Amino acid sequence: MSWLFLTSGLFLGWSLGANDAANLFGTAVATRMLKFRTAALVGGVFVVIGAWAGAHGTSKTLGRLGAIDAPAGAFVVALAAAAAVVLLLTRSGLPVSITQAIVGAILGWNLFNGKATDLRTLTQLLSSWLLSPVLAGLIAAGLFVVSRRVLQRRRVHLLEVDAWTRTALLVAGAFGAFSLGLNDIANVMGVFVRVSPFPAETAIGPFRFTSVELLFLLGGIAIAVGIATYSGRVMVRLGSGLTSLSPLAGLIVVLAAALVLFLFGSPALQRLLRAAGLPGWPLVPVSATQAVVGAIVGISLVRKSGIRLKPLGQIAIGWVAAPAAALLFALVGLFVVQNVFELPVSAMPRPAAGASAVAGSAS
Amino acid sequence: MTLLFRRTRALEAQIDQFLDAVSEGCLVFEKGVDDYLRHDEPSFEERRKAIGVFEGKADALRREVETRLYAESLIPDHRGDVLGLLENLDNVIDQAKQTLGQFEVERPEIPEELAPDYLALARACVQATQHLVDSCRAFFREITAVRSHIHKVYFFEKEADRLADGLKRKIFAMDLELARKIHLRYFCLHVETLSDRAEGVADRLVIYTIKRTI
Repeated sequence: MSWLFLTSGLFLGWSLGANDAANLFGTAVATRMLKFRTAALVGGVFVVIGAWAGAHGTSKTLGRLGAIDAPAGAFVVALAAAAAVVLLLTRSGLPVSITQAIVGAILGWNLFNGKATDLRTLTQLLSSWLLSPVLAGLIAAGLFVVSRRVLQRRRVHLLEVDAWTRTALLVAGAFGAFSLGLNDIANVMGVFVRVSPFPAETAIGPFRFTSVELLFLLGGIAIAVGIATYSGRVMVRLGSGLTSLSPLAGLIVVLAAALVLFLFGSPALQRLLRAAGLPGWPLVPVSATQAVVGAIVGISLVRKSGIRLKPLGQIAIGWVAAPAAALLFALVGLFVVQNVFELPVSAMPRPAAGASAVAGSAS
Repeated sequence: MTLLFRRTRALEAQIDQFLDAVSEGCLVFEKGVDDYLRHDEPSFEERRKAIGVFEGKADALRREVETRLYAESLIPDHRGDVLGLLENLDNVIDQAKQTLGQFEVERPEIPEELAPDYLALARACVQATQHLVDSCRAFFREITAVRSHIHKVYFFEKEADRLADGLKRKIFAMDLELARKIHLRYFCLHVETLSDRAEGVADRLVIYTIKRTI
């Protein structure tokens, strides 16, 4: 039975692959610098590796936001997030953030069960939503200026720039897919960590996987399936949607977004920074879409070229609408599952009525 | 990776060869006009054949480059511009070949005193084409240098206009039959068209350059 509950997470993973992965290869595929088949293969493989590597990263942050301790609760939260994403995607036609949707759904679970929300984690998440596009914009603007100067000074032939860009798009896409898996796997499988149906350790051939690693590997495969089956049409729409990007600008966008996802998702980088006596970057799931939009805006500002405001506004609306819709869906779903199907959505009894739903981190 | 760059470099070489063909073809045109004006018939015939070879070579290279750009989906954001550039450059050498052919077919009787004017006009036109080829090379490799070549194209086009105007005035001031005057004026126009074609390509190149730099 507990296996069945994972399906909503897998669906969420599929949705993430179909939409967020499109950010990484959109320009390359839309401009035919890369074939979709190549992009899907490379993206799929690297997203699975990233998801497996991200088993000890950003999921802890989401765990602190809402410690979902019942399989049915985790199922509804993931389903609510997926429903919000799919609904808004089909309504608006633009990718919305699964990161925001899952946070909204977790808040819904907290609210429904009268659990305290860790305000420190929530603040960390919200500030990262703001910081990640700004950071991606700054990185993209810097990379754009540097690459433009290098190309002017080195007198590289237009065709050689094309060949380098083509290769770099594949490498950056692979890095982006790895970072996406690393950072965003928590959005897909994070809510199932405490209710994983897998044993503490499982041997598959010569490899041994912990319960969380196996869970995340499965989530990674779901993302890869999403890339392979549906991301193609989103890529073409994205590639010609927000602003007209040249392949080189597209490469910089992918690279900047991938760096931001990696920065916010890599425990190894965090350890490295701390070992060097630097403040460790918080491991927070951030939206690939937001990072990409930030990077595009960064480049547009440097190029002093116009950016169409309507799609940008629609995406901004999605940032608010996704968590709000997911929260609402979670409340309705949890009510139905608890009262109609009579399944427990939380292991802990609900506190007495009147208790505050939101408390500080110390509470 | 090596294979990828080997193929890219082969295509770069083809584009360079195309530009060489256009440039050399136009230089041959100038020599051909000079030979015609000096009544050096064997040399003129040799030049006329040579420009045909250069034009044919440029045609073949252009088609090959265009096919490869499309077949291999290269430079997707600038492919249309590059194809437009190559096709219009091809028209320049076509014009040179056509004009030399007209000299051969129509055999205009150019008075001795007008020969230096025709040659000066042909030189100015060919100068415009040479700077055009330089600006096209810069478009591929050093985008910031395009403008420094293009302004010379415009300069020599204006110079050609000025020389052609002076030549036409001289023709119609001479005591010749009207039919001959009109014939001579036509040849002035034919030669002058070469610099007009070069100017047309330069105008396009300015836009392509702006597109590449933003």
